[in-house]
Amino acid sequence: MTGQDAPFPRGATGFGNGKTLRGLCLVGLLLALVVLVALSVTVGTRDVAWVDIVAAASGGTETIGQAAVAVRIPRTALAVLAGGALAMAGGLMQGVTRNPLADPGILGVNAGASLAVVTAVAWFDISSAGAYLWSALFGAAFATVFVYRIGSLGAGGATPLKLTLSGAATSIACASLVIAVVLPRNDIAGGIQSWQIGGVAGATFDRIVPVLPFLLAGFAVGLACARKLNSLALGDDLAAGLGENVAMARFLASLGGVLLCGATTALCGPIGFVGLVVPHLCRLLVGVDYRWLLPLSSLAGACLLLASDVLGRVVARPGEIEVSIITALIGAPFFIWIVRRQRVREL
Amino acid sequence: MTTSALPLDSRAVERHRRIVRQRLTVAVLALLVCLLFVLTLVLGQSFTPPADVVRVLLGETVEGASFLVGTLRLPRAALLLLAGLSFGLGGVVFQIMLRNPLASPDIIGITSGAGAAAVFAIVVLSLSGPAVSIVAVVAGLAVALLVYGLAVRNGAAGTRLILVGIGVSAMLHSVTAYVLSSAPAWNLQEALRWLTGSVNGAQLSDAPPLLLAVIVFGGLLLGQRRELDALRLGEDTAAALGVRLARTRIIVIVAAVGMIAIATAATGPIAFISFLSGTIAARVIGSGGSLLIPSALIGAVLTLAGDYTGQFLLPSRYPVGVVTGALGAPYLLYLIVRINRIGRSL
Repeated sequence: MTGQDAPFPRGATGFGNGKTLRGLCLVGLLLALVVLVALSVTVGTRDVAWVDIVAAASGGTETIGQAAVAVRIPRTALAVLAGGALAMAGGLMQGVTRNPLADPGILGVNAGASLAVVTAVAWFDISSAGAYLWSALFGAAFATVFVYRIGSLGAGGATPLKLTLSGAATSIACASLVIAVVLPRNDIAGGIQSWQIGGVAGATFDRIVPVLPFLLAGFAVGLACARKLNSLALGDDLAAGLGENVAMARFLASLGGVLLCGATTALCGPIGFVGLVVPHLCRLLVGVDYRWLLPLSSLAGACLLLASDVLGRVVARPGEIEVSIITALIGAPFFIWIVRRQRVREL
Repeated sequence: MTTSALPLDSRAVERHRRIVRQRLTVAVLALLVCLLFVLTLVLGQSFTPPADVVRVLLGETVEGASFLVGTLRLPRAALLLLAGLSFGLGGVVFQIMLRNPLASPDIIGITSGAGAAAVFAIVVLSLSGPAVSIVAVVAGLAVALLVYGLAVRNGAAGTRLILVGIGVSAMLHSVTAYVLSSAPAWNLQEALRWLTGSVNGAQLSDAPPLLLAVIVFGGLLLGQRRELDALRLGEDTAAALGVRLARTRIIVIVAAVGMIAIATAATGPIAFISFLSGTIAARVIGSGGSLLIPSALIGAVLTLAGDYTGQFLLPSRYPVGVVTGALGAPYLLYLIVRINRIGRSL
């Protein structure tokens, strides 16, 4: 093929240019992140002068502009955290299941987390951030195990098709149950309904801080698993031959993924497709080495979620479009593209 | 076996028995639909004597019963019946044509396409009545073609179609969610109706277009009955039996999408009726019989029974879509477990 002599060799192929490319990607993403953070703080329904932004950053809330910026700062922080967490969770799940279609949204993990939260709100009257968090984590973990068990039944193990179908079925099941739980409760229905469309609006540091340890633990576990995922990518037999404890590696990486997307869902509600799109794009850029892929995915995920959030604030002025709607509109075509590109194994 | 001495004879007897059994099943289903329809008319929060119901249906004004039956219960029962027939029939022909129980319109995004378009037409364009139905039909067809076009490669769609459909419906769901969330005049009840399907506030004027669709498109689909039965054996076999595949496919897609989209515009996407009816019909009828009419009847049974359950048999009132959704979702999971265990089947 003549297309092989592309300007950049794929990053996985070795050192030299590959390493430079990774460095370039890292720097580029960091720059993009800084620009997007600045945009996210300045752009919105109300235009704000730089003076107000500087004043607000140091705690002032005298003018309306400063107050607007004071609201945007935690929102921006949440978008960065959530985007990074979801993208890394997606990367981890793709590594664990060796499945190109793995994503917390598609595999039903987000839906499981929201069902657990909604049930807890409706039946046990929880309202504290901690209770949201624990129920979301429980739901995410339960859904992960459930979907993986169903998806790996029968011959051939966990094929992409079987996993995706059981994930989609679980999502649909959870969505029906959520409505059944919410509908008789008019008092909570409004709040749940707006939480159900995942978004980062209305974030405050008071809600973010208690979740932070879980997110950080998730990031740490995820990064620690990178080398194990590299072995897993060779196949279970070869990984075991290389001295890897396959079951342990799977468990740890799944734990990281569950921590990350459970905590994110507790804060923002279900946001899909970030975990699908970002690791794939990063893989195109830096290759399949998870030690690079996971951190770069986190950065790129933060950029994507921030950009989606800013976009959602700009396109529908004076209203806003929730970020999960934007990510679904970007991500679903991408999902279809991967499905078309892949040779999907029949059932 | 004692009958093995006369294999041909016994096979004929067996076949005859099966046909009788299948006819009996259809009769029982039809009876069940009638019973549920009458039940919806007669018994709600209060009991109305059947004689009064008949007099109201004949156009007389009866003290107390006219409003209750004529305005509240009849539109509801009529819409449930027609929508159930549409979802059931439209769903099963897709499952037969694509030879996969998971290829029902509510899973591969056609229902969500029609729903999203209807919501858009109502909320943003402020349309109503037949215009909404037309928009829903056009959108449903467009989504069907899009999913099919994106999934086909080298002439075969297969399981890729289901995955593409799941992706497309995820996108359409978010469109619906956005349109609903940006419509301030719409309350939550109305929003949930469009997410799950409900016949609360049904109007009798919604029924005629639906009835027309059931007659025209239903007739078209029943006209393709022989071809569809042959398709259950596989495309190659069907072609060998003289089925013109391309023609059948076009008729089936247009008619089924038309039915489903018009029903969706009237009641919202009642969850899982299309998916459930076809799979249940396949179970009840077994191999060799036509699934079309049984599936349509099962669809009507499910909507009527689901709505009655949601209204009167549960501690709080639920729209029909919630009941069928809570019923259908575990069944879907069960079906996937079964498919994964033993390989494909319908």
